[in-house]
Amino acid sequence: MTDSSISPVRTIGSTEELLAYSMAMETEAVERYNDLADQMEMHHNYEVADLFRKLAKIEGLHIENVNQASVGKQLPNLLAWQYEWEGGESPEGGSMEEAHYLMQPWHAIELAMHGEKRAVAFFRHVAESTSDEKVLKMALELVAEEEEHVALLQEWQERFPRPAKGWDDDLDPPAILE
Amino acid sequence: MTNETACVQLQPKEYKSGVKPVWCPGCGDFGVLGSITKALSGLQIQPENAAVISGIGCSSRMPTYLSTYGFHGVHGRALALATGLKVARPDLTVIATGGDGDGFSIGGNHFLHTCRRNPDMTYIVMDNQVYGMTKGQASPTTGPNWEKGKLTPGGTGINPFQPLVIALASGANFIARTSSSDSNGTARVIMDAINHPGFSLVQILSPCVTFRPEQRDWKHMLVPSPKEPTSDPAQAARRLLRDHGLYTGILYVGERSVYQPKLEPGISGIEEFEEEFRL
Amino acid sequence: MNRQNLSIALTGSGGSGVMTTGNMLLEAAAQAGWYGVMGRSAGPQIRGGEAAALLRVSSEPIESPDDNFDLVLAIDPGSFGRFVAEIPLRTDSLIISDAEGGRRSSSLPETPARLVDLPMKKLAKTVKGGRPNMIALGAVTKVIGLPEASIYSILEKLLKSKGADALEASWACVQAGFAAGADLPKVTGPSTNTESTQERWSITGNEAAGLGAVRGGIRFVAAYPITPATEVLEWLAGSLPRVGGVLVQAEDELASINQIIGASFGGTPSLTATSGPGLALMTESIGLAVCSEVPAVVLDVMRCGPSTGIATKSEQSDLSIALNGLHGDAPHLVLAPTSVTDCVFTTQWAVHLAESLQTAAIVLSDQSLGQTRAIVNRPADIAFMARRQVPERFEEDYYRYAVGDSGVSPMSIPGQAGGQYTADGLEHNEAGAPSSLSEDHFAQLEKRERKINGFDYGEHWADLEGSGETAVITWGSTSGPVREALSRLREQGEDIRLIAIRLLAPERPVEMAAALEGVKRLLVVEQSHSKQFHRYLRAAYDLQAEVRVLNRPGPLPFRPNEIIEQLNYWDEGNGNEGAMT
Repeated sequence: MTDSSISPVRTIGSTEELLAYSMAMETEAVERYNDLADQMEMHHNYEVADLFRKLAKIEGLHIENVNQASVGKQLPNLLAWQYEWEGGESPEGGSMEEAHYLMQPWHAIELAMHGEKRAVAFFRHVAESTSDEKVLKMALELVAEEEEHVALLQEWQERFPRPAKGWDDDLDPPAILE
Repeated sequence: MTNETACVQLQPKEYKSGVKPVWCPGCGDFGVLGSITKALSGLQIQPENAAVISGIGCSSRMPTYLSTYGFHGVHGRALALATGLKVARPDLTVIATGGDGDGFSIGGNHFLHTCRRNPDMTYIVMDNQVYGMTKGQASPTTGPNWEKGKLTPGGTGINPFQPLVIALASGANFIARTSSSDSNGTARVIMDAINHPGFSLVQILSPCVTFRPEQRDWKHMLVPSPKEPTSDPAQAARRLLRDHGLYTGILYVGERSVYQPKLEPGISGIEEFEEEFRL
Repeated sequence: MNRQNLSIALTGSGGSGVMTTGNMLLEAAAQAGWYGVMGRSAGPQIRGGEAAALLRVSSEPIESPDDNFDLVLAIDPGSFGRFVAEIPLRTDSLIISDAEGGRRSSSLPETPARLVDLPMKKLAKTVKGGRPNMIALGAVTKVIGLPEASIYSILEKLLKSKGADALEASWACVQAGFAAGADLPKVTGPSTNTESTQERWSITGNEAAGLGAVRGGIRFVAAYPITPATEVLEWLAGSLPRVGGVLVQAEDELASINQIIGASFGGTPSLTATSGPGLALMTESIGLAVCSEVPAVVLDVMRCGPSTGIATKSEQSDLSIALNGLHGDAPHLVLAPTSVTDCVFTTQWAVHLAESLQTAAIVLSDQSLGQTRAIVNRPADIAFMARRQVPERFEEDYYRYAVGDSGVSPMSIPGQAGGQYTADGLEHNEAGAPSSLSEDHFAQLEKRERKINGFDYGEHWADLEGSGETAVITWGSTSGPVREALSRLREQGEDIRLIAIRLLAPERPVEMAAALEGVKRLLVVEQSHSKQFHRYLRAAYDLQAEVRVLNRPGPLPFRPNEIIEQLNYWDEGNGNEGAMT
């Protein structure tokens, strides 16, 4: 089960459905980045917390885009858990399990990039498996968009030093709470 | 979700209490928290009509992070608390949450007997095969060769506890295993578990990134079971005998009778008791 | 000549039916207008072992065994030997025994009493289907002067299900007993009184506790059977469903205490019943009820400890664990009934207090109260009921553990929108979120202590009787013999105070000081080898008087004459070294 084979379990049959999936992904992403920011704050990693907040904001803008693209359309009313992604997790928004309390900004962007790359793969798969022209067109547009996001993140990541070996060393042992 | 007002009233977010979890970033329990909120939203259960009951451990912190009623009890006794609550208040949705230590070590006896009694509740066990809260000892589900436990430096050398086997043998009515990294899939299973009458066990493999960082690989190792759920306990037993612990999905959906005494008064007043003492 | 009091012991073994006979005698006594108590004693075998029915009947209500026994009926001589220590006799006591009654020849132990032979085994054989205990029943009836007719109706009730033939055979046997008994010396009981309109009950302490619980509002019980508490559970199992409640048989005591906390969290007043070993298991979770402020009532029917101890015998040695057995600083309630009748009141009051104060209440009964069947006047109705403070509506944020003046914060019930909180054994802040901050810990400790100490318990904390410079202080089942001893002394013109404490925790320093005002000599009476009650009094209260302790462990009960002797001994200016144990 590799990252690049994220695909919906059902075939997406309409642009409305595709937009709904896109909206779901963006919404999850906002929540996930905010959750990660909260976790970083709780663990006093403020630099990365701020970074995740920024990412949450950016995803919020993407939601705006999807909203605008959905004007005049009636999107299917799927609930959060009804989106079925192969491998389970929503492609975008980064895997929560890649987080680490000592993670550095470079890691955070890496995490975000993984998410965006999975989104690219997802939309590419939609494009490759659809027979609907409108869906194909929209999917390809979304692929392009997500690839742009990847590029932006790449640029952003270059501003941060690559973490040196020993970045996760903590001289203190884990605390016992109960 | 859509351009128009959502016709779904309670969003998953509304089931979070807003208290920030203290779990280590990377912990699988974050995913489970998300799944529980999605499941409750999916079922549109009013937060005041649900109660989440736990014992002690990292996973047992769950009730504090939800906006339902909750009880964070003592180590190992969540199922007893939950049973008492459910029997006295059958109208509530009762969910017990905890880890493999709380549930299968000190809580083992209550686990056995609650499966046996089969009250209508759901038990979510976040299994990370270690005692996280107390610094990383082997738990009942830890394999025999894990050598990092300070109290068992050569490995435990004993067979791990098989919760799904015990649940099936003891009388549980719904048995499933999921991965915490599959947030939506886990949510769907939790919904089914809550809906299904009787005692529903959902074992969620949920990595402990601090004491068992190798468990980050679980998401790549866990695969959906090739089989559909069965309602035949014998068939379920046979599958479990061949289970390598890495299949996800609903294993068993039973038809065992559910424990719920009726609470209906039959006499008009307490004075009627005096009959039996009166000379 | 009628005695006001009459004590009878029936002993037998090997399935001789001594308990049945004792029960029937007690019932016949009740019908004759007598009051009475019946305790029992047994060997370790589950069936066929030695058994003794220990009865006392009286023209007045009684709460204590008498000083000694007037009459013993030993269906076989060997059976009496086991119970010698529990059946003190006088020289003019009468033993009726069947020399041929045992399976092999055995003789009675040495006693001061008169001995008379009654060949019950042989007589029983003269009646078809006859049994020695029916001969014994008939004989005792005549000896103590009970009306024959009352026996028939009791027999009829008992053997209803076994058919007319069984009844006929038994009755014929009893009549043979009447005939044999007519020739025996008389040990006449109280004069019969069938005119009284006073409503009277036949009830055990365990049943009384169950009734008090249900009257108080208990509707959920989870429990694990343990001697000698099991009868409480049996009564509740049958009775609770009739009022829409339920009893769950749990897998162990740890499940029991947690199930009742869960049910109580859900809004249902809940209780469990156990004995010492079970209470020891439950202490961690009782602390959970205290810290999370969830009402819970734990009834401990005490038996001889420590550890497994003597399961079938009474003792007052769980006081320490009830008071101090919770880890941490965990103020809670400890109460103890003083008689079989008081088991109704004290249990009911405990429910009321636990619910009002949102805390744990431990009620200490004991085997001698729990398993004694008593003929008593109908217990008075009292108004104490479960009355939990529940918020009616919720402003913005609901703070479950808000500190406030009284220390009692309204408790939301699951189902109430806006009242959600997580109850916690972790220390917490006012909102209920876990907290390790010193100010939160201090505030919550103060709150939990203040709510209990600041409550107005009224006059029920103790029974205070009499005046004078000498006082006897006690608690629980020893109150009965103490009360009787002081009543006898009062008849002789000596006025000695009684302080029988019902509310052991929290301490009542102001009330106790008032009760001890003017007391120069204080006798502590308790059934504990290590003087747990005495230690408690010294720790909790200012005992300015000269103090002596009359104590011993179980299983032998205190008798009124022992208390009188101790007081007289003290009166005569004797030193403490003569204190009885």
